Amino acid sequence: MARREKLSGNEAVSIAMKQINPDVVAAYPITPSTEVPQYFSTYAANGEVDTEFVPVESEHSAMSACIGAQAAGGRAMTATSAQGLALMWEMLYIASAYRLPVTLAAVNRALSGPINIHNDHSDTMGARDSGWIQIYSEDCQEAYDNFIQAVKIGEHPDVMLPVMDCYDGFITSHKVENIEIMEDEEVKAFVGKYNPPYHLMNKEKPMSMGPLSLPFYYFEQKRQQAEAMKTSIKAILEVAAEFEKVTGRKYGLFEEYRMDDAEVAIVILNSTAGTAKDVVDMLRDNGIKAGLIKIRVYRPFPVEQIAQALSKCKAVAVLDKADSLNGAGGPVFTDVTSAMFGRVDGVKVINYIYGLGGRDVTTDNIKEVYDNLQEIAKTGKVKEVYNYLGVREV
Amino acid sequence: MAKNVVEIRWHARGGQGAKTASELLADTVFMAGKYVQGFPEYGPERMGAPITAYNRIADSKIRIHSNIYEPDFVVVLDETLIEGVDCTAGLKESGAIVVNTAKSPEEIKAGLGGYKGKVCTIDARAISEDCIGRYFPNTPLLAAIVKVSGVVDEATFLKDMETSLSHKFASKPHVVEGNMNALKRAVSEVKGL
Repeated sequence: MARREKLSGNEAVSIAMKQINPDVVAAYPITPSTEVPQYFSTYAANGEVDTEFVPVESEHSAMSACIGAQAAGGRAMTATSAQGLALMWEMLYIASAYRLPVTLAAVNRALSGPINIHNDHSDTMGARDSGWIQIYSEDCQEAYDNFIQAVKIGEHPDVMLPVMDCYDGFITSHKVENIEIMEDEEVKAFVGKYNPPYHLMNKEKPMSMGPLSLPFYYFEQKRQQAEAMKTSIKAILEVAAEFEKVTGRKYGLFEEYRMDDAEVAIVILNSTAGTAKDVVDMLRDNGIKAGLIKIRVYRPFPVEQIAQALSKCKAVAVLDKADSLNGAGGPVFTDVTSAMFGRVDGVKVINYIYGLGGRDVTTDNIKEVYDNLQEIAKTGKVKEVYNYLGVREV
Repeated sequence: MAKNVVEIRWHARGGQGAKTASELLADTVFMAGKYVQGFPEYGPERMGAPITAYNRIADSKIRIHSNIYEPDFVVVLDETLIEGVDCTAGLKESGAIVVNTAKSPEEIKAGLGGYKGKVCTIDARAISEDCIGRYFPNTPLLAAIVKVSGVVDEATFLKDMETSLSHKFASKPHVVEGNMNALKRAVSEVKGL
């Protein structure tokens, strides 16, 4: 039986961590993710978990310690934000290349500079090609649910990849909301025991980890890594189906909200999706055929499924809470338009960069996007593809 | 969209416990079976600087994740803020502002720049010092906003608070008694209703 609670996103994720009871948690504090290892260190100090808690001296070391623990056959986790994720950078690639399913709570915060502590997605968007599975969470419930699923996805024998559960700093991490928490025993049974096929401590199957891989091997190793990422879609859906059996909460690769007959739609991720759903309801009440797609699994990117879901729309806006500063458009926009290219014809797709550095996003802002989409759907004309929402311009 | 949404904004100075107050209110309405959000607006927070915190309360799941610009109610933990901060900005006239002060609602209203809604006052300092022995404005203000907003029925509120405090301070029964007295006094001493 589930427990009804009232928790912040960070509290919920630290409880998930406690329920999973991993072998190692190594972390270095950074706002707004700090509370996750902070709460967890209390559980460790109180003997509520069997975990070796390692308070390291930097995020680079946090990820290195997780890699070491996983290489030794353990289950390891950490949490970070912004500069912390940036400092982990080179080790992110090592974790994925060694096929070590580390789990990371990535509490989204704007990357410096200028320095800022608030939410946008510039930190995890930068890590989108690091070989990690990326799952995005709208609210505290999803942050909790996705963290538990992340462990099982990453450790799936066909996957063996690290996973980050991304949720919005402050907005989700520090907002107290109603949430349903699974029983400890349910989580324990769901994630099961971690039995890696290979690890350094197994003297029956001695192995080496991290040797030099010269041109004769490197390419094949990357090819296998790419294949694992591609096939992980199946594992992600399997884990979601199993999770639904236990909790009744349904997850997919993305959520389609009132998309059945939608003519205009927004593609978005994380907390602003909630705000935008309220706008969709308001527009629907006025007879406007508006819909929304909230991407949950951004890596791997569900190309065919996304293209299919948008195929019947007249006009689509992809909202990016990170700018690629490339003169062309944000990362989600680039991925969505490439997914549609050659698969779906005639749908007008535009991009909005929004909410950078924690700029608040209101229902009025979202309404403005749908207004523009309706105009495009009516006239068939796009004035500007690459737009900014809620910014002051001179 | 969420049903019967009530939005509340808290104004305080860093260190006065507005975040805690918004979380206490979230606790209270959660116990009464409602859906709730409680969140502060984080900034370069330092002791004494003006800060804001928010609550959304509803009868169904709340999906909106922006700040609150047109609150139904405003609570001001420190009356000196009224001079420097536009505490009634966007405040609905069908709603109310609750100010922690020894002054009367009429005196406070004069400094609110023409706000036409209800102005309520509560002397949280006097109540807190009498009942708890120290200045904790949160407890009386929590009772005041529950009374003024009606988000939770008064009897249910007092009963739930007693359960919660007895659990939290199991080894310190005098704390429970002091806080309960403060809550009860606050409920009956809100002016301007």
